[in-house]
Amino acid sequence: MIKRSEKNTKIAIRNLYKIFGADPESVLGYVRDGMSKAELLEKHNHVLGLNNINVDVKEGDITVMMGLSGSGKSTLIRHLNRLIEPTAGEVDLDGVNIVDLSGKELRRLRREEMSMVFQHFALLPHRTVLENAGMPMDVRGVPKSEFEDEANKWLDRVGLKGVGDQYPFQLSGGMQQRVGIARALCSNAPVMLMDEAFSALDPLIRTDMQELLLELQSELQKTVVFISHDLDEALKLADHLVILKDGYVVQQGEPQEILIAPNDDYIVDFISDINRARVLRVRSVMEKTERPPENPAGEVDENDNLESVIARSEGETALTYIVTRNGKQIGTLKMTNLVKALVPTAASEEGLRTSAV
Amino acid sequence: MATYDFVFRALGLERWCTSGGDNAAPMSMEALVAQSSGEEASTSIWELPFPSMDRLNDACQAFPQSRNVTRGLEQGFLNVKDSMSVVLDPLTQPLSWMLEAALYGILNTPWWIVIPGLMLIVWLVSKSWQLLAFVAISLGGLAFIDYYSYAMQTLAIIMVCAFLCVLFGVPIGIAMSRSDKMRAGTIPILDMLQTLPPFVYLIPLIFLFSVTEPKLYGIAIILYAIVPVIRLTDLGIRMVDESVIEAAEAFGMTDRQKLYGVQIPLALPNIMAGVNQTIMMSLAMVVIASLVSAPGLGVLVLRGINNLELGVGLVSGLGIVLLAVMLDRTTKAALNRINASQKG
Repeated sequence: MIKRSEKNTKIAIRNLYKIFGADPESVLGYVRDGMSKAELLEKHNHVLGLNNINVDVKEGDITVMMGLSGSGKSTLIRHLNRLIEPTAGEVDLDGVNIVDLSGKELRRLRREEMSMVFQHFALLPHRTVLENAGMPMDVRGVPKSEFEDEANKWLDRVGLKGVGDQYPFQLSGGMQQRVGIARALCSNAPVMLMDEAFSALDPLIRTDMQELLLELQSELQKTVVFISHDLDEALKLADHLVILKDGYVVQQGEPQEILIAPNDDYIVDFISDINRARVLRVRSVMEKTERPPENPAGEVDENDNLESVIARSEGETALTYIVTRNGKQIGTLKMTNLVKALVPTAASEEGLRTSAV
Repeated sequence: MATYDFVFRALGLERWCTSGGDNAAPMSMEALVAQSSGEEASTSIWELPFPSMDRLNDACQAFPQSRNVTRGLEQGFLNVKDSMSVVLDPLTQPLSWMLEAALYGILNTPWWIVIPGLMLIVWLVSKSWQLLAFVAISLGGLAFIDYYSYAMQTLAIIMVCAFLCVLFGVPIGIAMSRSDKMRAGTIPILDMLQTLPPFVYLIPLIFLFSVTEPKLYGIAIILYAIVPVIRLTDLGIRMVDESVIEAAEAFGMTDRQKLYGVQIPLALPNIMAGVNQTIMMSLAMVVIASLVSAPGLGVLVLRGINNLELGVGLVSGLGIVLLAVMLDRTTKAALNRINASQKG
C-alpha cells in the first residue's frame, strides 16, 4: 500500500466557507471568529453551510465524506464542480483554483475533468438508456453514431447489456443507478463525484452497487469523492474518511484510525452501532514486530478483518497469529488483544443519542 | 347651493370655481323641482351623496364631470390612433394575408382533397381509428347539410390563429420561465387578457383597424387565446425536475443545450395542454368575432339571433360543438401520446 502522504493531491479544499442568506459576506467575519451555526441563525438569520473546510482528496483514492443530514456534505460536494458558489475559500483541482474559472472554463471542467452520480439518478426521462449513458459525449457535440460504442461499452461494464433501447422509467432503481454510473464513466473524467449515490437503493442492491464500485475502482483508479450518511458504507469504501457535523470537519483520516480513536462524542455515537469485527482489520490491532511468536497458530494477512480471524480460531482466545504483508511477517496478533479491540464503544453520555431521547 | 359647497369654500377655491366657465351640466330634475318650489333641497345626513365628480361639479362649475373621463379617454385614444395605426398596420398586415390565404385556400380546394387531408392529419397525430371515424362522420354530416364551407372557414381561422399563438406564446413562456422579473411583469397582462369580457377586445380594435380587414378579428382571437399557451409553457419549464437540471449542469451543458435538450422536451406535455386550451379558446372567440365580420359558423349563429332563425342558430351551434370536440380530441390524443412516451 502506498502511504497517503506519497500520493498526489488531486483536489485540495482550502478554508472553504459557505453561508446561505441575504448577505453572506457581511456575516463571514462572525463565522471566522467562531460563531456557531445556531447562533448565526438566531442573531443574523443566515444559515452556515460550510465552516472552514480543509480536505485533501488524493489521486486514485475513494474519499468518503460522511455526516448526518444537514451536516453540509451535499453542499460540500457541489462546491467541487461549482454547482454551488463558495462564500470564501479555494477549491484547487490539480493546483488550479476552480473558484476563479470563467463560465466557459467551468463547462470544460464539468465536461472533461469531473463527472457526477446523483442520489435520485437524475436521468433524462425522454432519452433512451443508451442516450443517457452517452450524454457526456453528446454534450461535447459527439454525434450519436460515434458515442454509441463507448456508451454500450460502459453499459456492458456496469451489467446492463442489451437495455440500451429502453427508457429509464422501464428500469428498476438499481438499474437506473447503474445507468447513472455508466454515464459518469462515459465522460472519461478522472474525478467522479458521487452524491449519496446508493442511499435511495434497497440494502441488497446497495451492497451489489458497492461491490461494483470497488471492482470498477480497482480497475480504473479514478479519484472518487463519495458522500454517504451510512457508516458501514463509508467504512467499506473509504480510503480516506471525512466526518462532517454542522458544516465543519469533526475528524478525518484512515477509517481504521477513526474507529480506534474517535475524537468526538458525535463520532462515538456513530460507531457504537457497527459490527466492529467486520470493519476492523488485523493491521489496526496487531503488535508490530518481526520476531516470530512462540507456537504461532498460523498466518493472517494484515488486511483480513477480525471476523475472519475469529472464524479461523473458532473462538479460542489463547492463540497467537503471525501477521504478514506480501508473505513477510510484519507483526503478531494475540487473540486476547483482538477481543479487547471488539469491546463496544458505548454511546456517549452527552452525544446525540441521549439528547434525542 | 349644493352639498359640497363647503369643501371649495374651505379650500378658498371659489374664484377658480366661478372662473371655470360653462362647464355646468344641464340642470337636473331634482334641482329644477327644488328651484320651482322656491326652497333649497335640504339634505339630511341619510341622503348625503357620495362626493363624486358630478356632485362636486354641482358645487363648483370648474370641477370636471365624470363624463369628461370617458370623453377624455376616447379623445386620447382617437388622438394616438393615427400614429398607432402607422406602426401597427404594417406590422399586422401579414396576419390579414395569412387569414385571407387560408380562407381562400380551404374554400377553393375541392372537398375531396380537404376532407381526406384533414383525416390524414388526425390519423398522423392521434393514431386512433375511433377518432378518425368520428371526424369522418362529423365532417361528412356538416357537409351533407351544406354547412361545409362555414365550418371550413371557422377551421381555417382557428388554425391560423392557433399557429400564431403557439409561434409567439411559446417563446414568451420560455422568457417568463427564465426571468422572474419578466414573469412579474407579464402575469398582470395575462390576467387582464383572460378576464376582460371578450366583447371588450373588439372595441379598441374597431377604431384601430378597418372592419373589412381580417386582421381585426385575427388580433382579437390571438389576444384572447394566447394566454394559456404562455402560462403553461412557463409552468411546464419551471416544473422540470430540479435534479435533472442539476445533472445537465454537472455534465457541462450550455444554457441552449439545457433548453432544447432538457427543458422543452420535459415541458412538452404541459405545452401541449396549453396548445389544446389555446385552440379551444380561439374557437370560442371566433364565434364572437363574427360581430366584426369574421366568417364561418359564427355568422350563422349571429343570423339565428338577429333574425330569430331558431333552426339555423341551433344547427350552427351544434356544428361548433362538433368542431370543438374534433379539435379537442385530436390535440388530447397527441398529448397522450407524448405523455406515454415520457412516463410509464
